[in-house]
Amino acid sequence: METPSYLNDGHGLKSWLLTKDHKRIALLYLISITAFFIMGGLFAMFVRLELLTPAGDLLNAETYNKMFTMHGVVMVFFFLIPSIPAVLGNFLIPIMIGAKDLAFPRINLLSWYIYILGGLFTFVAALSGGVDTGWTFYTPYSTAAANSHVILAALGVFITGFSSILTGLNFIVTVHRMRAPGLTWFRLPLFVWAHYATSLIMILGTPVIAITVLLVAAERALHMGIFDPALGGDPVLFQHLFWFYSHPAVYIMILPAMGVISEIVQTFARKNIFGYSFVAFSSLAIAIIGFLVWGHHLFVAGQSVYAGLIFSFISFLVAIPSAIKVFNWTATIYKGSVSLDSPMLYAFGFIGLFTIGGLTGLFLSTMGLDIHMHDTYFVVAHFHYIMVGGAIMGYLGGLHYWWPKITGRIYSEFWAKIAAGLVFVGFNLTFFPQFIAGYLGMPRRYHEYPPELQVWNVMSSAGASILAVGYALPLVYLVYSLFAGERSPADPWGSKGLEWEIPSPPPTANFEVTPIVTHGTHQYAPSKEVGIV
Amino acid sequence: MSGHVASTRLYYFVFGALVVGTLLTYAAALVDFGFFNNVVMLAIAITKMTLVMLFFMGVHWNSRLTKVVAVSGFFFLLIMFTITMSDYLSRGWMPGSLR
Amino acid sequence: MSNGPSRAEHYPGPLHNPPVKGGEARKHHAPHAHHPKLQHHFDSMEQQLDASILGMWVFLVTEIMFFGGLFMAYLMYRWANPDAFQEASAHLDKTWGMINTLVLIVSSLTMAMAVRSAQTSAKPKTQVMWLVLTMVFGTAFLGVKYIEYSDKFAHHLVPGPNFQWPGQYASGAEIFYSLYFCMTGLHAVHMIIGLGIMTVIAVMAWRGKFDAHYFTPVEVGGLYWHFVDIVWIFLFPLLYLIGAHYGAGH
Repeated sequence: METPSYLNDGHGLKSWLLTKDHKRIALLYLISITAFFIMGGLFAMFVRLELLTPAGDLLNAETYNKMFTMHGVVMVFFFLIPSIPAVLGNFLIPIMIGAKDLAFPRINLLSWYIYILGGLFTFVAALSGGVDTGWTFYTPYSTAAANSHVILAALGVFITGFSSILTGLNFIVTVHRMRAPGLTWFRLPLFVWAHYATSLIMILGTPVIAITVLLVAAERALHMGIFDPALGGDPVLFQHLFWFYSHPAVYIMILPAMGVISEIVQTFARKNIFGYSFVAFSSLAIAIIGFLVWGHHLFVAGQSVYAGLIFSFISFLVAIPSAIKVFNWTATIYKGSVSLDSPMLYAFGFIGLFTIGGLTGLFLSTMGLDIHMHDTYFVVAHFHYIMVGGAIMGYLGGLHYWWPKITGRIYSEFWAKIAAGLVFVGFNLTFFPQFIAGYLGMPRRYHEYPPELQVWNVMSSAGASILAVGYALPLVYLVYSLFAGERSPADPWGSKGLEWEIPSPPPTANFEVTPIVTHGTHQYAPSKEVGIV
Repeated sequence: MSGHVASTRLYYFVFGALVVGTLLTYAAALVDFGFFNNVVMLAIAITKMTLVMLFFMGVHWNSRLTKVVAVSGFFFLLIMFTITMSDYLSRGWMPGSLR
Repeated sequence: MSNGPSRAEHYPGPLHNPPVKGGEARKHHAPHAHHPKLQHHFDSMEQQLDASILGMWVFLVTEIMFFGGLFMAYLMYRWANPDAFQEASAHLDKTWGMINTLVLIVSSLTMAMAVRSAQTSAKPKTQVMWLVLTMVFGTAFLGVKYIEYSDKFAHHLVPGPNFQWPGQYASGAEIFYSLYFCMTGLHAVHMIIGLGIMTVIAVMAWRGKFDAHYFTPVEVGGLYWHFVDIVWIFLFPLLYLIGAHYGAGH
């Protein structure tokens, strides 16, 4: 006897592939980004295998270049950028604001198909022999010298960018125009604030990289001289245009994860967030200030010293709203009633690892230090701490937290804790030694290195294998829960929020009757009432 | 909300202004004002754009949110233009350095 | 899984609430709640139209940033090669450029009239007339571009291995023409897409789909069309008129 929900409202492939239901579209995204995550992970595996030994013995240099390029392209554009917004954002935002769907359901479906089309181009590029320019496509190598499938990969990125744009567009209009009665901006869940800020970046930044990769493809195909110095072009202009998007892009990757952490921390500390409006505004601040710092990627590219100074200073500033969030999460947990369920484990992991990643970002923002550390493994370690230690932990935490809501099933908490532990240990073993190797001068994107750096590389590759197990485990126990997991009630965690008021899994229309909202989410009993403080 | 219906007279008036602006731009370009040519050209183009946005696109009667959105794109373009050009313009300012 | 304190004390629960009386973001007593074109997740035709207009404006912001990358390249290269750009621009035909500008302005007028005709529940024939007029002018624009591009090909002004520059600043001129083709080419692509959109809208208008209660596609299509016009309003002076007083024109 099946209760009606969005999962059984219509059977067959057509009902899924032609769905307009934001919840089904979220699942379509979940399946496809998992596939791309595995693909990106395989490329990483080859990188770490090669780096076990100092000599370039597993792969030749050109093949190695293709491995780290494809790893970057797939992970950035096809995993990290869509992950939380396209899966959790799509699923939850209408429910969290009391709406039946996003503003434009058909555009939501279109965004998935565009994503798949872009992915197909990139997949074909990979099968045809890959790209070796680095995910950053720097000119003039990418436009003039590279012998790999630059145009295919560039077009794949171009197409997928529109998926991002349409998602952001949908979120912005939805949050502005479809909130339930009584749901003022300052009663919104912080998850929604985070996604709104992310959507601003998607709208304003993605088109710039779209035109940039299009120009790379055009220059390569038609031999125009826009970025090629031999033809009178300026390669630094490419870097300006590329990073104008790609720096804010990293905030696209981290802001949604921060939104997830805000939600998890409140539920599992049984406490309202400390400083709600500060956290909400800090999301906007990160989005806006994040647009002003891209030149810190160009410190050694030939950019003027004065521009470098300005970019360096503003890059320090962008750390402030991030720090505000970390302080506020910590203050929320302090004297809260903490339960260490698996989502909370991921949240703790996030807070610690994001802090390390963020602090090392400050080292790199310092122009003088960056001159030594640019293009070394220090940079690689920094951004993996943010994107893997931060964003992916946020994604996994959110996936676990909302899994009962999305699927109506409860997963094995025992195996979830094991996986979280393996991910944390594996991650640190993989990436902390890279800080050391980078500081000692190991360049990035090299398939060989001096023998004295081997110990750090071996530790890193060993950590990567543990990390891989940690990532594989959820695949097993989460899928298992779909068949054999205990059925979930509407509110398995004892949480607060509109999404926990409706059944698990939700009905197609989300709400029978439009809710009237009278106060914000996460209104736990104040500490005074339960005798603390 | 675009419930507002503009009068045809307004549309023809705006059209006329746009045509005049185009002819003015062309005429001004034939005279050498030096750097000022750019100022005149851009001023006329921005005026024409404003007329199209306000009246043909109806922004004048739209909600405040739509007005903010309409302006925001140009604001961010300005950020990209000014900060990028600040790099190029300040090269060679550091004595003894190429940057 | 631990359960927190009873939710009832803090959160009445929306499913037990009576239907709404009205709120700041959603309207629930719309006269046309059952209009056949009202999508199920919207509460009123007004909300649907407003959301659609906002959505198209957000999309136009992305288009501004999309073209903006090219304008950035133009800005930098013109600053770096002022004389080359002047010399190169002088070889573009200002007259065709101005004609095209006027053509697009007329098409914006007819587009505005088309939206207005739908808003005022004009006869389908009238609506279609304005839309077709808009498309005619759009096509004329593309025709002129075809003439111009053919001329460039014939005179070896297309960047690439066949580029030949008779004047003094060959390298800068090639960059100018790269930007010329990229910017006007991207604009022309947008124009072609616009013609496709207008075709669909014209067919819908012919079938009597639009009146004062529902004209969203025309309004939203119109916004796109005007945007494409605005891009050209900037392209014309920036590409065609910087060399106007430089020396011998075309």
